[in-house]
Amino acid sequence: MIETRDLTRRFGDVLAVDRLTVTIERGEIFGLLGPNGAGKTTTIRMLAALIEPTSGEATVAGCRLGRDDPRLRSKVGFLTETPGLYDRLSAEANLAYFAELYDVEDVPGQVEHYLRWLGLWDRRHEPASSLSKGMRQKLAIARALLHEPSVVFLDEPTSSLDPEASRMVREFIGGLRREGRTIVLCTHNLDEADRLCDRVAVFRQRLLALDAPANLRRQLFGRTVVFHLKDPDPSIGRVVDPFPGVASTQLVDGRLLVTLEDPERDNPSLIRALVDAGAEIQFVGELRQTLEDVYFRLVGGDPNPAGSAEAPKEG
Amino acid sequence: MRKVWVIMRKEWSEVFRNRLVLFTVVLLPAILTALPLAILIGMGDMGDIDALAASDMPEAFFQVCGDLAPGDCGTYFLVSQFLLMFMILPLAIPATIASYSIVGEKVTRTLEPLLATPVSTLELLVGKSAAAMAPAILVTWACFGVFMIGVRLLASPAVAAKITDPMWLLAIFIVGPLLSLAAVSVAVMVSSRTSEPRVAEQVSMLVMLPLMAVVIGQVAGVVLLNTELVLYLALGSLAADVGLVAFAISLFQRETILTRWK
Repeated sequence: MIETRDLTRRFGDVLAVDRLTVTIERGEIFGLLGPNGAGKTTTIRMLAALIEPTSGEATVAGCRLGRDDPRLRSKVGFLTETPGLYDRLSAEANLAYFAELYDVEDVPGQVEHYLRWLGLWDRRHEPASSLSKGMRQKLAIARALLHEPSVVFLDEPTSSLDPEASRMVREFIGGLRREGRTIVLCTHNLDEADRLCDRVAVFRQRLLALDAPANLRRQLFGRTVVFHLKDPDPSIGRVVDPFPGVASTQLVDGRLLVTLEDPERDNPSLIRALVDAGAEIQFVGELRQTLEDVYFRLVGGDPNPAGSAEAPKEG
Repeated sequence: MRKVWVIMRKEWSEVFRNRLVLFTVVLLPAILTALPLAILIGMGDMGDIDALAASDMPEAFFQVCGDLAPGDCGTYFLVSQFLLMFMILPLAIPATIASYSIVGEKVTRTLEPLLATPVSTLELLVGKSAAAMAPAILVTWACFGVFMIGVRLLASPAVAAKITDPMWLLAIFIVGPLLSLAAVSVAVMVSSRTSEPRVAEQVSMLVMLPLMAVVIGQVAGVVLLNTELVLYLALGSLAADVGLVAFAISLFQRETILTRWK
């Protein structure tokens, strides 16, 4: 659905996006993660034919970038970081205006469909300025979908929303996937990306990593098993160190963290060895690295480098 | 063309809900139309228009009057001061509408979603410009119509005939729209550099300065408003429009708007 090859954008001497090559499949939710200034918004602006790439090429929804940009724009939906509504116009008039610009055939019907779907029908005559942040964001999402685009770019869809509205928007994005739309999601909310995205690209001008969140966690951190021990001997790690599948061990707050290649295979022998060495195992779990851990490992600037070991989150 | 109309309709439905814009579009023309008519009524009460004409009118204006009686020439002199006012209307109204319309989109951050639609930047520029120009031109013409009727009722038939001569028609129907276009183009340029509609409006109004100079020049007797001068104004406006529109188009590009308009 989206294919880019060496997509590059410079602003004068500043390199915003460096040779981005990526393929995004139909029906996929694809996350673009990166710090401010990483080039995420520039990337989606290029893919939505809003700005031109300096070099490289891309195909979006069957349209080659730079060849037929108006047709490309008619096939994609674009949610900007701020909702950007005409405050003096009603919710209905806001949508009707964009529906006409997108050449929607049945403007009143389509506007009604989305207003009802998003629970805004009863407030359709109210000026956009009177709507809450969540409602404004819903309205902006509806605007991006009025023309039934096959590709939707969402730039920070839940930023500045309260938890309830964020949840509603996330559920809504999940619903779009079920409709078979391809979604490119730019977000700083790593938990949201972890929950929603089939694959994520960690990005800082150039691509740092690209895979499903679970695969990235595994690739970067391996799988870590946590053994909760009662009054462990400080040298207990030496018991499991010699095992061939063990990559590393660490004792933190009475918990022995063992990074393994294949926990299902190695756990029984490790447990046996620990028990034989006199350890009292209270329970065993797997340490769940978050996408945030992956992100900081790739991007750098981890605010809490030992955080994972000191406060392990088990799944 | 359909999208241009869609844009125009939206501009009107939004911009006319702004009281400041509404004030400029309604009150300014009303004042500029009522004022000359009030003066004509006042002059009728004064009676001694011949003396007024002889004392206050620039000598050269008698050439413009041609075979008008001295009293009618005096009336015509006073009335013609307002011809230039009717040329200020098509400048002031679109400068206000365009400033609020374009800077307003920047302030409410609606430009990016708008640019993400299949609408071309030319359609967008034409739609916004036409939405600003059309009310200005129509209001000016309507005010001129009211003014003509008033002059016909309040002044002599000779003066009434004089304000429908080619000079006036050229000024109202050709120079007015050309000045409108110049004001809108300047508003587009200024809008690219400011986030405050009032700043854009005020800077755009600077286009009025040459016209104000002509008004003052005529009152002072330095400039004589005749067909030749109006023709020069038309040609000057046309030449300015070509340059201003070209520059406005170069600024009003998707990429420029998104990356350089701050």
